Amino acid sequence: MEFIIITLIKLGVVMAVFMTTLAYLQWVERKVIAHIQLRMGPSRVGPHGLLQPLADVLKLITKEGVVPPHVNKLYYLLAPFVAVTFALLAISVIPFGDEVEIAGYRTWLQLTDINVGVLFILAASSMGVYGIALAGWASNNKYSLLGGLRSSAQMISYELPFTLAVASPLLLVNTLSLREIVRAQEGFLFGFLPNWTIFQGPFPQIIAFVVFLIAVFAETNRIPFDLPEAETELVAGFHTEYSSMKFAAFFMAEYANMVTAASLVTILFLGGWHPPLPREWGSDFIAPLIFLGGAAICFYHGLNPARRLDRYTLPVAGLVFAGIGGVFAFPAWKDALLPVFWFCAKTGLILFLFIWVRGTLPRFRFDQLMGFAWKFLFPVAMANLLLTSLLVALT
Amino acid sequence: MDVFLFFLFAAIAVICAVNVVVQTHPISSALSLVGVMGALAVLYLLLGGEFIAMAQVIVYAGAIMVLFIFVIMLLNAGEESKQSKSLVAQFLGIPGFFALLVVLAFGILRLFPNAPRVRFGEFTSAGAEELGRSLFTQYLLPFEVVTVLILIAIVGAIVLARKEMD
Amino acid sequence: MQGVPLSWYLILSAILFALGVAGFLFRRSIITVFMSIELMLNAVNLSFVAFSYQFKQVDGHLFTFFVMVVAAAEAAVGLAIILTVFRNRATLNIDEINSLKY
Repeated sequence: MEFIIITLIKLGVVMAVFMTTLAYLQWVERKVIAHIQLRMGPSRVGPHGLLQPLADVLKLITKEGVVPPHVNKLYYLLAPFVAVTFALLAISVIPFGDEVEIAGYRTWLQLTDINVGVLFILAASSMGVYGIALAGWASNNKYSLLGGLRSSAQMISYELPFTLAVASPLLLVNTLSLREIVRAQEGFLFGFLPNWTIFQGPFPQIIAFVVFLIAVFAETNRIPFDLPEAETELVAGFHTEYSSMKFAAFFMAEYANMVTAASLVTILFLGGWHPPLPREWGSDFIAPLIFLGGAAICFYHGLNPARRLDRYTLPVAGLVFAGIGGVFAFPAWKDALLPVFWFCAKTGLILFLFIWVRGTLPRFRFDQLMGFAWKFLFPVAMANLLLTSLLVALT
Repeated sequence: MDVFLFFLFAAIAVICAVNVVVQTHPISSALSLVGVMGALAVLYLLLGGEFIAMAQVIVYAGAIMVLFIFVIMLLNAGEESKQSKSLVAQFLGIPGFFALLVVLAFGILRLFPNAPRVRFGEFTSAGAEELGRSLFTQYLLPFEVVTVLILIAIVGAIVLARKEMD
Repeated sequence: MQGVPLSWYLILSAILFALGVAGFLFRRSIITVFMSIELMLNAVNLSFVAFSYQFKQVDGHLFTFFVMVVAAAEAAVGLAIILTVFRNRATLNIDEINSLKY
């Protein structure tokens, strides 16, 4: 009974945080891309456009849901549900942090840990393609159909390097449970290099890391592999005919896949919640210093406002940052929060990379995309796997 | 709980399987088949096969059926045309189906009069480690043969699907 | 009563197999016929896993694994054949693809 209540509470917290992250990830993306392109980005709704996600959600909910007359209604309505369900499913096995003790109850910062956690995520992500393929087919629109076709071909092709790149770090850690994978990466090599699989002997997994990142870009249909929704060729690809909440579901699925993929990169290659520096080198102080630094910047700009409103909004933001930084002063809270901080920081960096790449790289052509997967990524991932297994067997 | 889960997913599997056979559109059949595979994966979990359940979803539902749907979409296969059935199929089809079923079920119940009851969690030694150990020692030869088969299949598929060069 | 008898899993497998046979015999679209074969393979897999539970050994799981691999190979080659047939005949009806009969 206790277990069920704790799990329900965890479920609620994870769901709320995850949904907020999805909404604000989009704000971050728009802001970052705007700054890459020397624009302002959303700035009207709330200070620095911070309430923009809320406005977007309101707009999408209240919009009329148009169902075009020539669609196959059942599959047309089913597709966004399939896409969003399997995208959200994967988060249930992601470990966010170490074991913590809250009000006398010990619990893991993870919804559930299963023996085959990595395979579960692979399964959920491979089922996600149905949402896109169905949407493309059921819309009864040539652009949607082409988008769905491209997407399924692309996802089947990139599944291979993706899986091979997952397999090689697993050879080093010897387990399929995500929690155990992170625990196997604890500690430091030579006293300073973190014992993550990208540094771990006998064969550092840097190649697998790069291959995995590229395959993940393709699996989540992000630029430079966003052929299924290339607007210059296919209007909006598989979701051309979707509007209101059905469109929002696809949008949410894409961002949820991004977050899951970034968490998976963090867990498999970047040591999950383990800090990048030894504790003796002061890794405990990095988190509060970052937040206090943010607070100081906010206070400075609040005192020298560039705009009239900044005089009120920035000090408030500064107080929030200072408060978060202050939380790390309590030893009991610090032990629980530091792993979460490092996990979020690494995942956030990967997500920033996703956005950065979107703002920088042009799109592939479709035959180049397939050729890249089969003629370059697949052999590289295969060679890396063989080399890793050989070295693991020899040592 | 075990009983409830078995009946729920057995019912899903049977309903989806019936749907595979009676639906006239290939896409509906394919999606129903995905439903069967998902339900079977849950039944494998109940039988203690966690690895094989995930492999079922990844390989069958995630790769093979996506390939089917890809081909259906590529060929834009529409509804199956109604054909005048042969007399045998018309009159013997459904009774024959039930006769086959009854014979099979009777045989199973005769052969296993007191089969053990399935309890979730009683058989836990079918994880990835045990499977791998058995696969690469006892079943190494079949494994190698199957890899050669896969290689042949890849080459064959490419040769078959290639457009003729003029 | 705890748990269902193992034979019920086998009967479920038999039902699925019979449905697969029915689909294989009665359907005319080559893709659906092909899917019925996959349904039969799945039914047999369920029996393998059930027997593996009875004997508390992993062999049944490994047979299932091999069946999956063979099914994947079969799907790749079979769908390539279907593509070629469709390119040459522009039909998916197995009644019209009968040149090898005569």
